[in-house]
Amino acid sequence: MKATEIQAIYVMWLRQMKRFIRSKSRLVSSIVQPLFFLFILGSGFRVAIFEGVGDYLSFLAPGIIAMAILFSSMFTGISVLWDKQFGFLQEVLVAPISRISIIIGRTLGGATVALIQGSIILLISLALGVQISGAIGLIFTLLFMVLIAFTAVGFGLVIASKMEDFQGFQLIMSLVVMPLLFLSSAFFPVTSNPTMKSIAMFNPLFYMVDGLRGSLIIGVETVNSPLFNLIIVIFICIFMMSIGSYLFSKMES
Amino acid sequence: MNIITTDNLTKKYNNLIAVDNVSFSVLKGEIFGFLGPNGAGKTTTIKMLTTLLNPTKGSANIIDFDIIKNRDKVRKNIGVVFQEPALDTELTGGENLDYHARMYAISRDKRKERINAVLKLVDLEDKIDIIVKNYSGGMKRRLEISRGLMHYPNVLFLDEPTLGLDAQTRRAIWNYVKKMNKEEGTTIFLTTHYMDEADYLCDRVGIIDRGKILVIDTIENLKNSIGNDVITLTCSNINSLENRLEKEKWIFNIKKHDSKLTLGVEKGDEKIPLIIEISQSEKIRIKSISVRKPTLDDVFLHFTGRTIREDEKKINVETQSRFRMRGGRR
Ligand SMILES: Nc1ncnc2c1ncn2[C@@H]1O[C@H](COP(=O)(O)OP(=O)(O)O)[C@@H](O)[C@H]1O
Ligand SMILES: [Mg+2]
Repeated sequence: MKATEIQAIYVMWLRQMKRFIRSKSRLVSSIVQPLFFLFILGSGFRVAIFEGVGDYLSFLAPGIIAMAILFSSMFTGISVLWDKQFGFLQEVLVAPISRISIIIGRTLGGATVALIQGSIILLISLALGVQISGAIGLIFTLLFMVLIAFTAVGFGLVIASKMEDFQGFQLIMSLVVMPLLFLSSAFFPVTSNPTMKSIAMFNPLFYMVDGLRGSLIIGVETVNSPLFNLIIVIFICIFMMSIGSYLFSKMES
Repeated sequence: MNIITTDNLTKKYNNLIAVDNVSFSVLKGEIFGFLGPNGAGKTTTIKMLTTLLNPTKGSANIIDFDIIKNRDKVRKNIGVVFQEPALDTELTGGENLDYHARMYAISRDKRKERINAVLKLVDLEDKIDIIVKNYSGGMKRRLEISRGLMHYPNVLFLDEPTLGLDAQTRRAIWNYVKKMNKEEGTTIFLTTHYMDEADYLCDRVGIIDRGKILVIDTIENLKNSIGNDVITLTCSNINSLENRLEKEKWIFNIKKHDSKLTLGVEKGDEKIPLIIEISQSEKIRIKSISVRKPTLDDVFLHFTGRTIREDEKKINVETQSRFRMRGGRR
């Protein structure tokens, strides 16, 4: 790869980081919102007994981490629409750099931001007494976090390339993303109900949450083994990133 | 030497021909302007020349690089200031320039030096560390112009560089444009719908209307082409006077517009008595008559059959709503 392309990737990455650090409201809300979920759901459902779930907080924590990474990365993908609406995209598209570098840089930037957020929630969960697994489990955890981030950026890019305004984004959030998240076992197990379990098999988020949970938490029961989940998630990720980059590269400013 | 050449460049949007077989060339080192009303096809032409849009038909070269086959080479050699603002408002002015320089592969030492140089050119040195959303509209425009110059482009495209700016800022920007054309030798291709802008800045102008180029020439030649002097008059029976005057050989051209007649003539002051004589013999009463030097407005009226001000009213409304949107994004 040429040095200029690496510079371009770096610039795109740096821009995402600078914007994230400067946007105090995004910084705060991206951490406060998941914590809210963690505390409210955590204390609310603690008394309810889910079948096959030991400590509920330990069950919930990976779900919340996945959610935080998902939302943050989707936002990075969608924000291309922002750049389009407000002109900055033209400045990038007219520069002598390839579209692929633009996408790589942006995705890396978005993933870095999402990983920072996910890690903060992970640390807070630790402080709340969630028991996590050893080195190998953490490596798997990191892999899942990265893959979730890339997939969600890709999904955001698909939306941004196909939509003209932000209203469509709201619709997709409430009609697609939220239902998938609820059916992914992020907040409560889906295995107790056979219909929900078979629906989960077609839910990409299920494999991410189940995999993240199996890697991160000691002694938790998961549906699939982390390795199996990992392979499925890798395929989902490649698929999503390919469509996202393809549509982005076709985009006219 | 030609630095831009186009050959029957055409862009169709569905049924609308936004740019219609446009052929022209721009000389190295000149300031060339596209003058035309809103919707004439100026922005579409710039987007094709800057590789952001594919032409439907025709071709164009920038320094011998084809805009379709040799995009990367074209992109390296041009700077663009778009009609819409294209800054990252969450970054500082200096960061916007620095990121730009990196994308154009300017080395670290050069970057710093160049950022200072271009900021100095537009008098923004002391604003380098301020976040762009706190800039005024004029400051943003100046920053964009300086950014367009960062990588020493051979050609700088400016799409309506002073749209929506106040009179004082416009004049300042004109002077920056002239200065960089002189000091850096940058060829400039600009579009505008302001007569005074084209008049003040451009060496040569192409008048474009409804996607077609009607004429291209130096400002002076354009003005002379409709006569050394322009007589405007209002009278009682305008149509019959127009018909009568069309027979006179010493009138180069006649345009009727807005219940006024505009005549292109030589030695205008000597022609006024003649016109009054003719109209008296036709029993037509002249209400007012004046003679003046031709302006670009007259040239525009001559070639398009209307004045640009009628279009401009519409644009002003649109511009205002655009600026409201700009302000509302935070
Ligand atoms: N993306 C588009 N789709 C359809 N029509 C367009 C598009 N962009 C511009 N046009 C039309 O093409 C014509 C020329 O537009 P434009 O090049 O923006 O004119 P100018 O910059 O001279 O005001 C206008 O009639 C405009 O409505
Ligand atoms: Mg325009």
